[in-house]
Amino acid sequence: MSALPPENTGKLPHFVSKEPFDLESIEKLTPEQERIYFASQLTLMWWKFKQHRVAVWSGVFLAVLYASIFISEFLSPYDMTKRHVKDIYAPPQGIHLFHKGEFVGPFVYPYKVTRNMETLQRVFTVVDKKPQPLRFFCRGDKYKWFGYVKSNLHLVCPPKKGSFYLLGTDRLGRDMLSRIIAGARISLTIGLIGITVSFVLGIVIGGLAGYYGGWVDMIVQRMIEVLQSIPSIPLWLTLSAIMPATWSPILVYFGITIILGLLDWTGLARAVRSKLLALREEDYVLAARLIGASPKRIIGRHLVPGFMSHLIASATITIPTMILGETALSFLGLGLRPPITSWGVLLNEAQDINVVAVYPWLMLPVLPVIFVIIAFNFLGDGLRDAADPYK
Amino acid sequence: MVPTLLIASIVIFTIIELPPGDYFESYVSELQAAGESVDPKRIEYLRQEYGFDKPLYERYFIWVTGMMQGDFGYSFEHERPVSEVVGNRLYLTIMVSFVTIIVTWLIAFPIGIYSATHQYSWGDYGLTFVGLLGLATPNFLLALVMMYLANIWFGTTVGHLMDQKYLDQPLSWEKVKSILEHLVIPVIVIGTSGTAAMIRRLRANLLDELEKQYVVTAKAKGVPPTRALVKYPLRMALNFFVADIGSLLPAIISGAEIVAIVLSLETTGPLLISALQSQDMYLAGSFLMFLAALTVFGVLISDIALGFLDPRIRMQGKVDR
Repeated sequence: MSALPPENTGKLPHFVSKEPFDLESIEKLTPEQERIYFASQLTLMWWKFKQHRVAVWSGVFLAVLYASIFISEFLSPYDMTKRHVKDIYAPPQGIHLFHKGEFVGPFVYPYKVTRNMETLQRVFTVVDKKPQPLRFFCRGDKYKWFGYVKSNLHLVCPPKKGSFYLLGTDRLGRDMLSRIIAGARISLTIGLIGITVSFVLGIVIGGLAGYYGGWVDMIVQRMIEVLQSIPSIPLWLTLSAIMPATWSPILVYFGITIILGLLDWTGLARAVRSKLLALREEDYVLAARLIGASPKRIIGRHLVPGFMSHLIASATITIPTMILGETALSFLGLGLRPPITSWGVLLNEAQDINVVAVYPWLMLPVLPVIFVIIAFNFLGDGLRDAADPYK
Repeated sequence: MVPTLLIASIVIFTIIELPPGDYFESYVSELQAAGESVDPKRIEYLRQEYGFDKPLYERYFIWVTGMMQGDFGYSFEHERPVSEVVGNRLYLTIMVSFVTIIVTWLIAFPIGIYSATHQYSWGDYGLTFVGLLGLATPNFLLALVMMYLANIWFGTTVGHLMDQKYLDQPLSWEKVKSILEHLVIPVIVIGTSGTAAMIRRLRANLLDELEKQYVVTAKAKGVPPTRALVKYPLRMALNFFVADIGSLLPAIISGAEIVAIVLSLETTGPLLISALQSQDMYLAGSFLMFLAALTVFGVLISDIALGFLDPRIRMQGKVDR
């Protein structure tokens, strides 16, 4: 548009500039600006999420944990069910690197077991004379990976003719570390399956309420109110108490996850409903309707993506409640039962005040519980911030 | 409120009726396992007496109408009316919940204000972290550890809600003192998770409020900082504080149940578990009903309090949360 029209001499002649019209002539976007302005929604969310450092690290931590449940047998030094009759209630064994000022590499000192004849307690004393180096990528207890692949490869093995109880042993002499690693498989997946159940229920029920409104909405609202007014743990207790005792542990596992999910959908359904109601009034939905988009397309293409990110964020925040719920139920003996091993089942053994006093390492399974819950909380915070990247 | 309770009663009744068999079946099989013989006539009589031969909806009807008249059914396990079994324990549950809420407020309030006014400071981060830790630690384990520590440091035997000698005695000064002593640990344990959640929500709410223009205006025209905080933003945040009781109460009662079992408090928790295990359905059902009613009443009270606090809600005629 550099060529100006001729001077005003009465009647204006028809003028068309011959030069090609350049869209960006007024404001040229630098490549940097272009990158930001044309970024997709997902990219924007990712950028926003990255700003929350703690959330990113929590996400990495959880990803590693979840990845580890695929190879828990490989990671654990012992078979989790193997009983070491001589080492009942053995305290944690520390890993050392230096023996008498000399570098040996990771090793442990063996225990000497005696019995205190007064209290009849086993007394474990560390004999720090002969270091027993640990073995890595070694052959140890046999296992069947996912019930099919036979192997005996472990990341760490106890020294030959020695023992390696990093976190001690329980009342049957089973290695706590191996049991905690095995328990992760159950405890971590229970949250995921439970949240899937409640997610599906929440979207369907909340979606129906938000879309149809009217009496459907009324009923759903009342139902949510009722479910939220009954304290959750007594309700969980009741539901898990009515599961027949004859069920196999696997069935009980699924029963518990479904119970946890069944009572948890209310919050999500409420979020879906209110979001749907709010988004329904947006201009772009009206535009879509005017163009003639079908309700199915409007919901699937325009409404659901609008609140999906919020839903995922709030789902992340509710996973901890499920993990804690399972732990509490199992702790009370109404949840999972051995031979299934979860962190809650492990904590069930720490029910006694004597345990706290004499064998405090039996309470160690609480640490992964705490870490996982804090990590999920941070991750959820980060996701929630990222869900609305324009803010 | 009444419809809510009515639906709750249907839900609870369904849940209680779900397991196959009834109390008498497990009772008979238990006796038989112990090698005793049971007179089938007596069982049959009991069944008829308590309406177990009637269809489901009729039994539900009997149960609900009974409750309205103050008859909560009969506990087979304790062989006493439910209201007698529950009675005292319900008061204790209410007391523990009430004290916990007060303590939660007392702790959460100043910390929440501090966190909001000192956003992103070390104090804020530290307190947030401590709060998260409280949220993440399973209550029952905290209870165990506290029990142990109290035993070592103060030499008190923890567990129970009062010295056993006061259990069936009328209220006296000594008894109150004993209860107060025993109340400390349960309240701390139950309160931790609620407090953490409360702090986070108060902080978020107050932050939203502090960003608003009237605060800027107040500061700009020279209102002293404390007054600019206390006069309006805090009042707004207080509103939600009261409204939040609706979500706080179920959580506290839930937490109280588990902690009560670990610490063997004389509240409803341990009874509920044993009732569930022996399919003592009237006892379990009435318990759940009580707990639901307790929450609904709590919410009602908070709604009324809100009406007093905020004229806008009073005029609107409903609570907008």
